[in-house]
Amino acid sequence: MWSLIQIELYKIFRRPRTYIAFGAIAALIVIIQFGLKIDGDTYAGFLMKDIKDTLTVDGKVLNGYLICYILLQLLLVHVPLLVALIAADMISGEANLGTLRLLFTTPYSRTHWVLAKFIAASMYTILLLIWLAFLALFASMWIFGTDDLFLMKSNYVVLIEQSDVLWRYIGAFVFASFSLLTVTSLGFLMSSLSSNSVGPIVGTMSAIVFFTILSTLNIPLFNIVKPYLFTTHMNNWKEFFDIKVNIDNEAIRGSILNIPKIKTSIMVLTLHIILFVTASVIIIKKKDILS
Amino acid sequence: MFGVLCYKFCMAVIKVENISKHFGALKAVDNLSFEVEAGQVFGFLGQNGSGKSTTIRMLLSLIHPSSGSIELFGKSIQKNRASILEQVGAIIERPDLYPYLSATEHLQLFAKVRKQKIEASRIIDTLTQVGLSHRAQDKVQTFSLGMKQRLGIAIALVHNPSLIILDEPTNGLDPQGIADIRALIQHLAKEEGKTIFVSSHLLSEIEQVANQILIIHQGKKMVEGVTKELLDPEKRIVQIKTMDDVKALAIIVAGGFSQYLLTRKEGIFLKLPTTAIPVLNESLVQSGIAVLGIETKNSLEDYFLQITSNA
Repeated sequence: MWSLIQIELYKIFRRPRTYIAFGAIAALIVIIQFGLKIDGDTYAGFLMKDIKDTLTVDGKVLNGYLICYILLQLLLVHVPLLVALIAADMISGEANLGTLRLLFTTPYSRTHWVLAKFIAASMYTILLLIWLAFLALFASMWIFGTDDLFLMKSNYVVLIEQSDVLWRYIGAFVFASFSLLTVTSLGFLMSSLSSNSVGPIVGTMSAIVFFTILSTLNIPLFNIVKPYLFTTHMNNWKEFFDIKVNIDNEAIRGSILNIPKIKTSIMVLTLHIILFVTASVIIIKKKDILS
Repeated sequence: MFGVLCYKFCMAVIKVENISKHFGALKAVDNLSFEVEAGQVFGFLGQNGSGKSTTIRMLLSLIHPSSGSIELFGKSIQKNRASILEQVGAIIERPDLYPYLSATEHLQLFAKVRKQKIEASRIIDTLTQVGLSHRAQDKVQTFSLGMKQRLGIAIALVHNPSLIILDEPTNGLDPQGIADIRALIQHLAKEEGKTIFVSSHLLSEIEQVANQILIIHQGKKMVEGVTKELLDPEKRIVQIKTMDDVKALAIIVAGGFSQYLLTRKEGIFLKLPTTAIPVLNESLVQSGIAVLGIETKNSLEDYFLQITSNA
């Protein structure tokens, strides 16, 4: 099995297309970091405009931690589209190329190949996330320095001590890996249904957009299905940055306000991954390879 | 000892029994049965769309048969897929490969999925065997169709399989390439004792390498047998091209060749012993007919005509 995973990783990283996502993420982050470095004070002033008369904030608001939060808010919505570029091409791309039949006439079963492909695509996804974390978090910490994390939520303000932030990001990135692996598995399922690359990529992206709209619409009819949609849970990495407060309204260090919500989200996302991958295996096993 | 020898030389390496494949209303393969013995070069012939590739895909478990059974090396392909495919090398239709990988990388990649360890020297030898050693490090995207075909064959051979299935292996090759592949097939069969199942829509290709042939038409077996017996070289179909076909026909009939005449709209066709061809030519020329050409026809279509005329 490890041989198959190595082969799949080798093929992924020999294709120029693979590096588009890495390049796109780097370009976006560098541009945003550059903009904030040059004109960050204006941006910080804009963020604080509603509370500047009632709250005095000492220290550096626009530090590496806040920059990372801004970047994640912007990028984690779009990274799934980049993940779909590779994941949705894993099987259909080979079917289109005609190489799927070469793989399926080797002594390994189709199940082995499908699982190897999924694991390789997942490793690619994780690497993309590590790249995102490196640029968004560590590069921002290096460029902008660190301080307490000051977040403006819709109707309250969160202030997290500098020393209480890093582990939250680690948690957020681990959570994001579940979100992105769900996208990978969805792309994979789409890929198993088609013999060309474009359809599954567009299909995956459309499914994400469609379910995201359903997740955000506040219509009672849709509220019934919302808890079961993966898109409802994908952005819950933000829960790591909501902390508990004591009776004096002071933040409790090391706390997370809603741990059950995170657990539920991880469970729903994991179930989706299992469902999508299992469906892919069944489809491919039954399929006649005509390409 | 006898048992071992018999396994090697008497056993059917491929045994197909009453397989059929339907794609909706279309019957691609219809109740096909045949056996291929160890050490044979088995020619699988049929026109484009006759069901050859579908049959080959069923042999390799790429397509599930609608009915019937397939055994390779005495075992069901459905139940013993992995152990069977370890001993099989195949190319199927087009030589589709990874454009961003080199020839060597392709062989390394496919060597990796085999249970036995394949040495680097074997990869070089295989590329040499198919005449690609000089392009070993070049990416496939720079290859011609013929070179891709050669690399496809190299992939089929790299793990030294005992059964080699080649689906239209000379597609895209130039005459020299076709001759090379023919020589390679003969070498693998005679010198290395491989069993080779080779499909083509060109009778001329198969008759030179196969000792057994099977012809299918619209998914059904049309004829099967020993090549030498089926393709009688002493009786060939020829087309006579003249300036005046009407007069030429009269001379052919008058000259006692009417028994060899075939009814065809496209021109004058005869099925006659090869020794009679110069006699007929001389007779036409002496009668003042300008003979533009005498062509021996040996396409599958002509063979169908030949076996139909036998009946």
